[in-house]
Amino acid sequence: MTLRSLFIPITLLLVIAFLIGPFLIIVAASFSAGETLAFPPQGFSLRWIAKVFTVESFRASFGMSLFLAIGGTAAALILGIPASYALSRYKLPGAEIVRTIVSAPIIVPGIIVGLALLRYIVVPFQVGITLALFLAHTALVLPYAVRVVSASLDNLRSDIEEAAVLLGSSRLGAFFRVVMPNIRGGIMSAFILGFVTSFNQVPVSLFLSGPGVRTLPVDMIAYMEIVFDPSVAALSSLLAFLSIGIVFIAERFLGFSRYV
Amino acid sequence: MSDASYLSLEKLTLAYGDSVAVANLDLNIRKGELIALLGPSGCGKTTTMRAIAGLLAVKSGHVRLDGADITRVPANKRAVGLMFQSYALFPHLSVYENVAFGLKLKGMRGPELETKVESGLKSVGLSTFANRKPAELSGGQQQRVALARSMVMEPKVLLLDEPLSNLDARLRLEMRTELQRVQKETGVTMIFVTHDQAEALALADRIVVMKSGKIEQIGSPEDIYNRPTSSFVADFVGFENIFPLENGKMKTSAGLIDLSGKPPSAAGLAWRPRMVTLGTGPFQGTVRGTSFAGDSREYLLDSSFGPIKAEVEASQPAHALGDALAFDLPAEKAAPLSRFV
Repeated sequence: MTLRSLFIPITLLLVIAFLIGPFLIIVAASFSAGETLAFPPQGFSLRWIAKVFTVESFRASFGMSLFLAIGGTAAALILGIPASYALSRYKLPGAEIVRTIVSAPIIVPGIIVGLALLRYIVVPFQVGITLALFLAHTALVLPYAVRVVSASLDNLRSDIEEAAVLLGSSRLGAFFRVVMPNIRGGIMSAFILGFVTSFNQVPVSLFLSGPGVRTLPVDMIAYMEIVFDPSVAALSSLLAFLSIGIVFIAERFLGFSRYV
Repeated sequence: MSDASYLSLEKLTLAYGDSVAVANLDLNIRKGELIALLGPSGCGKTTTMRAIAGLLAVKSGHVRLDGADITRVPANKRAVGLMFQSYALFPHLSVYENVAFGLKLKGMRGPELETKVESGLKSVGLSTFANRKPAELSGGQQQRVALARSMVMEPKVLLLDEPLSNLDARLRLEMRTELQRVQKETGVTMIFVTHDQAEALALADRIVVMKSGKIEQIGSPEDIYNRPTSSFVADFVGFENIFPLENGKMKTSAGLIDLSGKPPSAAGLAWRPRMVTLGTGPFQGTVRGTSFAGDSREYLLDSSFGPIKAEVEASQPAHALGDALAFDLPAEKAAPLSRFV
């Protein structure tokens, strides 16, 4: 074995260690028996994992995050599916501009989106915090919805809609009868991607938090500023495994990676 | 409604935005006829078909079917079937569900539906494939599903978009026979669109040759093949030597040329390579190219008035490149053209 032939495997191992390392440290730390967040963990216990479920604010913010991830993603899909359909089926003037604008929240840093929403929507229009968060998460997920649904629409021939019409279906009926069933995988994938994106979103939510209304990641930051025990690590591990589980199931049943 | 105009297009004009694709088209089709719309791409044949189906809005003129003006009737209420070039089967539905799709929309249920779908599948020889998904079928099988799916609806007119173009030679013959059988058994009026003259000649009762959104010629396959009326149609069906006439003389790049025999009064004359006499005649040419085609041999000659293509039986002695040959374009053999474009 020469040094040259070892170069690529070693680099690969380092990259993997760099990517997975912090995650492993967090997981290890969540089983610590000690009082503070530390690595290597002191002893082994499940007490911090148990504690996560007893913290009142975590329960409330988890509910809020869940509501935003499900509601925001659903709203983004309700807007995004017709938008994707129009973009992929009709030669609309300015379609490329619309596509770019719809994708903008991916490119623009979350901090800026959050600040802009706060300064120009929430404050002047006196929008409630919950509604503001809902709108923000919808806007953040929309690009993913459009992108993923567009990809599966582009793979679907449009003449099947005409075939359905000639067999007696209305145009709208054809959409529900032959388009929707064939892009179901894309819609589910968009939902999962949107859910995970929304759930893990910090910067925008940071600006749009109010008394008693916080998303889980923001709440975790707030908690850590006061208490430095391993329960945050335990919660992080639980969330990570939740995400991994969802994506694993999606890949298994939908071929998720085809759409992303 | 007279029998000769079961489906009629009257002064039909079709456009995409401002660009007119079909202008002032008149066409009458009898019940039970098998019509080919033949022409090169961009001639308006597919556009015309889409307008008959109702997939394209008519700019002006009328479409009448079975005595009713269907110009403004939406596509889903026309009783017109269309077999797409790509077949357009629904990928998420089984073969059975594909064929049942339209019947279910009509409200058909239960044993009636089952009987109908099964007999539709049986008629195209796919009974045992009912539970397969389209992706699990060959191209030829998918096309037969598409045919069954259209035919169970008992359409007044069945449109077919390039029905044989995606098939290999063996399947082509099979599908051609299949279409003729279906047409004979059901008596459905069929219109198919093609750019392949051999396909049109083999399948159609009547051929409508189109060019630039207009009809060039309508006629039986024999008419189209033997008696093209315009230089465009002549060229399209393989008359490779085409010249305009002026005062009974052939107008060429080398001036007016007298023909042997008495030319008919026509705007032009056209000869298939086979109609050219080689070895004797008033004209001189030099062999520029030859090709052997089994039964025959083709020659490309250079003459004082341009290139001439001739074809002779292979049993005749062969000529080499550069040989000087006498040839004749006999006027009595030529197809007289009334229009020269």
